[in-house]
This record gives sequence, structure tokens and C-alpha cells, in this order.
Amino acid sequence: MAEAGAAIALDGVRFAWPGRGGFRLTVPHLAVARGERLLLVGPSGCGKSTLLNLLCGTLSPTAGRIALLGRELTGMAGPARDAFRAEHIGVIFQMFNLVPYLSVLDNVLLPLRFAPGRRARAAAAAGSAAAEAIRLLERLGLDRTKVRHEARAATLSVGQQQRVAAARALLGRPEIVVADEPTSSLDRAHQLSFLELLAQELAAGGGTLVMVSHDPSLAARFDRTLELPTVATIEPGLPAHT
Amino acid sequence: MSLLRLASASLLNRWPVALLTALAIALSVTLLLGVERIRSGARDSFVGTVAGTDLIVGARGGALNLLLYSVFRIGNPTNNITWASYQDIAAHPDVAWIVPLSLGDSHFGFRVLGTNDDYFRHYRYRDGQPLRFAAGGPFTDLFDAVLGSEVAARLGYDLGREIVVAHGLGREGFARHDDKPFRVAGILERTGTPVDRTVHVSLEAIEAIHVDWQGGAPVPGRRVSAEAVRAMELRPRAVTAALVGLQSRLATFRVQRFVNEYRQEPLLAILPGATLQELWAILGTAEQALSAVTVMVVATALLGMVTMTLASLAERRREMAILRSVGASPRTILGLLTAEALLLGLAGTALGVLLLYGAQLALQPVIDSRYGLYLAIGAPSRRELAMLAGVVLAGTLAGLIPAWRAYRMSVADGMTVRT
Repeated sequence: MAEAGAAIALDGVRFAWPGRGGFRLTVPHLAVARGERLLLVGPSGCGKSTLLNLLCGTLSPTAGRIALLGRELTGMAGPARDAFRAEHIGVIFQMFNLVPYLSVLDNVLLPLRFAPGRRARAAAAAGSAAAEAIRLLERLGLDRTKVRHEARAATLSVGQQQRVAAARALLGRPEIVVADEPTSSLDRAHQLSFLELLAQELAAGGGTLVMVSHDPSLAARFDRTLELPTVATIEPGLPAHT
Repeated sequence: MSLLRLASASLLNRWPVALLTALAIALSVTLLLGVERIRSGARDSFVGTVAGTDLIVGARGGALNLLLYSVFRIGNPTNNITWASYQDIAAHPDVAWIVPLSLGDSHFGFRVLGTNDDYFRHYRYRDGQPLRFAAGGPFTDLFDAVLGSEVAARLGYDLGREIVVAHGLGREGFARHDDKPFRVAGILERTGTPVDRTVHVSLEAIEAIHVDWQGGAPVPGRRVSAEAVRAMELRPRAVTAALVGLQSRLATFRVQRFVNEYRQEPLLAILPGATLQELWAILGTAEQALSAVTVMVVATALLGMVTMTLASLAERRREMAILRSVGASPRTILGLLTAEALLLGLAGTALGVLLLYGAQLALQPVIDSRYGLYLAIGAPSRRELAMLAGVVLAGTLAGLIPAWRAYRMSVADGMTVRT
């Protein structure tokens, strides 16, 4: 049963990729409190990306319930899930996070096209959504002296792209941020500073962070760390999927 | 950020491929509209050539043949009308005016037309415009000639220039009437009709140059000088055809029946508009075949666009995953790719129209002088606008094929890029 007041609650969730002969992900129970920073650690192929897709509502479980911010995600129709994701969830991928043909600023502002609530919050925070986007970019170390905000995203280094993705995920203060190994392509020093900035911005807005990684040494930066295999069980199919 | 802006940014990111695709569409649109303009231009040109003429009378034969040789100077007459019959028709109470046409001679490949001053008074072309003189005027002397604008321009003739006509229609004109030269007395303004390619002389002059000829060759031992012929009574014996204007359109069928049932010789009266319809019916099949080819060219260009977009889908899975992560629905992905197809279609169509106008500006004088086809440069017609809209619509609908595939991929993949 989902805990009342939890940011994220999964119960009896099962998922199978259609046509993937046998691959099954099962999550008997998982709850994340509001404002909590949770690190899910696990090796490749343990179902991390599939779990994140389920959390974001881009994939639907074949059984079980997923509730986010007290709302039953599994009960929503596709368009409602997409709208909910746009309004309440920020996502950071491992790499190749940005739309390459858009500018840095347009990439950060992209979610607002689908989320009027976030647009209003972003505008209220700094006078305009663009001003808030620039503030976040500067906060994440991407002021105009270092990066032209009008430059195409593809021209940035991997580390810079990750910070732009973080600014995008944080813009308009979504209640939940989901990150899929966002620091795996960064060196140690940049990993730590990136996580520090992410944590600070989330703390300011009271957001919840769920991050998956194969690096258990990051645990000190999180409120709680869970080994993914203890949360979810996998029956590998052919071929295996992460 | 609007979907169209997103789509245009995506296309700009792949500009070399997008440009080539738009160019392929543009060329197909140019071809489609070009064929349409030539088709409608040819029809307008034909219709405009016989404006204001109620009936055309000639020797009995094919209606289409009569129309072609009398008005468009294409082909040859089967027989002549005697002068007596011509006068009978002219005397019919319903006939307001009649213009004789006598064909058979030429000047450097241009047809020589024997007629009278009524030709310059009554002949009408495109929208009922009368013939106007750019220089000089109608016949004042037996051996005066009035040139169509193209004859004067191509041969570099001016007023007062002496010219010799040849017997028959051969370009070289071996049998020449060089003992009775003509003098250019007038040059007509451009009409965009076969009039421009005609040398006009009087009916009496036609008689005069043939007074010592028989069976298409000079009569041996009989030479009548130009001065001597002036003193002769030059009464036409026959004409090739006649253009007839009536007192009232209501009398059209009455006069037509009068001519067709004329007892003294077998004659034929045709309604130019109705006979042109016969011509369109004959040409219709060829036109349809040509249109089908151009439509296939457009379809091929659009197919190229679909192929290009489908080929790019695999490398764009990450882009779609990112869009899905920020809240884009699979329908948004479908809309994005459809918008890209719409933009490519619009860009290709606009470029095609520009190419068409460029080509028309460059080639119009050549087509006009070489083929006598005046292609007006104007705003696209309703039919052309409908065709352009059809291309854009077809392109957008074709874009639904890759868009639907992207939609299915985004539903299946979520935010994961499956390989």
C-alpha cells in the first residue's frame, strides 16, 4: 500500500517488455518521502532505466500501482501522464541530454512548452521564465562568460551539457527530479560539484531526488541508498535490457 | 516554443538533406506548374486568336483542318471557295462583315495572307482587341505589304523595304515572284497570335503575282510586268477561307446552315469555339498523359522526403526520448514530424514557384518567338493555387508515414533508446 504523503510509492509493480521473451521487472514495494534524496545503486542490466521510465509514466506497468505526489499515475490516461510528467518531474539522463539543434537557453526552456504550471512558477521566481533559466544556468556555473546561452547545445562539452540538463530539470521547481546516472561521464571533481549544486537547488524548492547509479561511493551525498536488486527483481529476457 | 519552431530548428540542423529534399520538391512543382502554364497558355492563345469571329467558312472538309489552316496557319487547305460563293455569303442579310483569306504563298517561311482592309478593321484577338499598327498603315498600293511584328523583327524589316514573296510554302521558296516585289507599308503591333508571323498583302496583289502563272509555275513565254499588271482588272477568282461576323449571335446556326447547304459548291461553316472544343478533346489524352507524368514526378519527390525522414528516425530516437522526458506526448512527436513534412512541402513549393517565375522570365521570349506561344507572367491562377495546395497537402499526408512510425517508436521506447 502506498504511504500517505510520499512523493513516490510503488506497490506490486510488474513490467514486461512486449516481444522481449521473458524480461520481467518486479518491484514489490518502494516509497520515497517528499524532499528525500534517494540513491538507487545497481549494475548494468538490473532494470534501472526501465524503473525510471515507469516512475515517469512513459512506460505503463503490466500490473501494480504507482502513485506520485498522492496521485495514481497508473490510473491516468496517456496524455494525462505526459502532462503530469511535464508539470511535476524533471529528468536528467546519463549523457546526450539535450536536443542538439536547440540553443542552450531553448533547451532549458523546453519543458515549459508542455507545463503551464511550471512556466508560471519559473516566471514568478525571476520575473520571466527566461530570467529564471539564466539564473539556474549561472547557478550551475554556466554564466555568459563561460557559455553563450544562444549557442547550439551540440557545441558544449559533456560536463556543460549535463549542467544544462540539470537546469532544465530544475526549472519551474518540479517536485520530483529523476536522474539516470547523470555523473557517470564526469570526472570525480566535477561529479561532486555537480551533485552539490543539484542538491542545493532541490533543497531550496523542497524537491525529491531519485538517482540511479552504479557508483556506491556517491551514497554519502544522499539521504538513503538502496541496492536496486533488493528493490526490484529481474527475470532477464533475450536480449537483456537495462 | 511552438511545434513549428521546433520543426524548423530540426530541419535547419539537417539543412543539407532538407535543402536537397526541398529542391527535389521544388523542381517537381516547377515542372507541374510549367506544364499547366503551357497547357493553359496554349489554350488561351488558341481561344484568343479567334476572338470576335462568329463563323469560319471554307471548302468542305474537316472542321478542325479548316480552323487550323485558316486561323493558325497550320496545315494546308483542301480546296478554295469561288469568289462568287464568297460574295453570296457576304450578301446574306445576317452577315455583318466578312474577311477573305487567301493562302498559298510565303516569304522566308512566313505565310503570305491575301486579304483586304476589312481584315485590319474587323479581326479581333485576345479579349476583343483590334489590330494596331506599330508603324505605317494598311494597303494603299497594289504591291503594299503589312508585316506581323515577328516577321519584321526576325527579318529586320522596316517601312519601305522591298520584299519578294515565293510561290508555295517552302522555306527556301525556289519559285519566287521576284518580278513583282512588294513594299512594306505597315508593321503591326505584337498580338501573340499567328498574325505576328504573317505577311499580309491585298487579294488583288495575290491575283497580280499569279497573273502570268499556271499550275504553280510561270507560263512559259508570258511575262506581265508589275507596271502592266496595275492596268489590269484584278478580280479575285477564289479565296481560301473567310472569317464571318454576324449581326446577331442568334443568327449563327441559320447562317451556318445556309453555308453548309449551299448548292453551288460544297462549303463548310464552323463555329470556332465549338471546333476548338474538338481540338481540346483530341489533345485531352496527351494532356492527361503529360499531367500524369508530372504528378508522378511530384509523387517521387515526396517519396524522397518520406525516405529521408524514415532514414533519419533511428538517429533521432535520443531526441525523441528527450522530448518525451520533458512532457512531450507521442502525439507531439507525431505532430513534430508532420510539421517537418509540412515545412518541407511549403519550402519546396515556394521555391518551385520562384523557379517557375525565373524560368518563365528567362524563356518567355524564346518560347514566344520560336513556338508562337505567349506565356503570360501573372499571379498563380486558382487552378494553380489549388495544385500548390494539393502538393503541400500531399507532402503533409506523406509525412504522416514517418510520423506514425516515430509515434509508435516513442510509445514503445518511452525515454529509453532501444537498439
